[in-house]
Amino acid sequence: MLDKIIDIINKKFKDSVLHNENSNYILIENPSNWKLIADYLIQNSNLKFDYLMSLSGYDLTNDKVGVAYNFYSTKLKHYLEVRIEIDSNVEIPSVAEIWRTANWHEREAYDLVGLKFSNHPDMKRILLPEDWDGHPLKKDYETPEFYNGMPVPKDKSYWE
Amino acid sequence: MSHEDYYVKDDFTLVEKFDKDNVVVAKLDDLINWGRAGSPWFFQFGLACCAIEMMAAAGPRHDLERFGMMPRATPRQADVMIVAGTVTLKMADIVKRLFEQMADPKYVISMGSCSNSGGPYWQHGYHVLKGVDIVVPVDVYIPGCPPRPEALIQGILELQKKIKLDTPLRKKV
Ligand code: SF4
Repeated sequence: MLDKIIDIINKKFKDSVLHNENSNYILIENPSNWKLIADYLIQNSNLKFDYLMSLSGYDLTNDKVGVAYNFYSTKLKHYLEVRIEIDSNVEIPSVAEIWRTANWHEREAYDLVGLKFSNHPDMKRILLPEDWDGHPLKKDYETPEFYNGMPVPKDKSYWE
Repeated sequence: MSHEDYYVKDDFTLVEKFDKDNVVVAKLDDLINWGRAGSPWFFQFGLACCAIEMMAAAGPRHDLERFGMMPRATPRQADVMIVAGTVTLKMADIVKRLFEQMADPKYVISMGSCSNSGGPYWQHGYHVLKGVDIVVPVDVYIPGCPPRPEALIQGILELQKKIKLDTPLRKKV
């Protein structure tokens, strides 16, 4: 099933998606035409991925970040996972206009992992306060001592 | 024992009671405390999973209203703030502001491990306030994750005891 999907995509976008034999996702390393691929995923009559189930960001360390999209087609009943792995300063084209779900999920990925999405309709933090410093789910994140005058780490002086 | 007897016998130190004419002589302090302890309206807001237990306690099976506890959706009509759930740093400022908007006398019940001490987030929670007592004064702490409604009710009874020890008309020393 996955091979068939990859064939359909690669026929249209030459060599822009990679696939490793042992993995069950497809990988994109150059996100410049990701928006076009995304459009194709929802519109091609053999793909019809009309449901973005989940979007997750992750930190690969060494200034690399990744984002995983999980798609499902409610019409053709098949699944697909697309991952984009890039340097952390590269912007990923937003797909919020294609799948509305992506709007908040991309804001969450920005908020917690610091991914950058271009052309997002409303890019700002979604969970943390607006004046928060840094992105807490990055591997090199340091918990601050104070936020807004309130101590953040637990005071363990009673028992340590 | 009727409701009235409970207060007369256990809590209300009567100076004198006359059988005829329904007249009692008592200290005004006690009378005010009796009124305050009998109807601690609580501020209805939940922050996380503990709020579910608070709702269960307010529901028909445990029925908080038999203690005179009526949920109010505005801080201006509430006497007791039940902090039920995880106080995130983003919410801590708002909790503090809501507490300041409540009219005196006001009391705070900290319900659950999260608001007592940070709970499950005490070690790695970059976003959780480690105890709501950092921002507001707490009268009663209820341990548990989440505390059962019975535990909340016991906390409320403890708070009522505390209210009855107050001396509203005398100067605090
Ligand atoms: S103490 Fe437990 S049940 Fe209560 S809010 Fe925290 S995690 Fe949820």
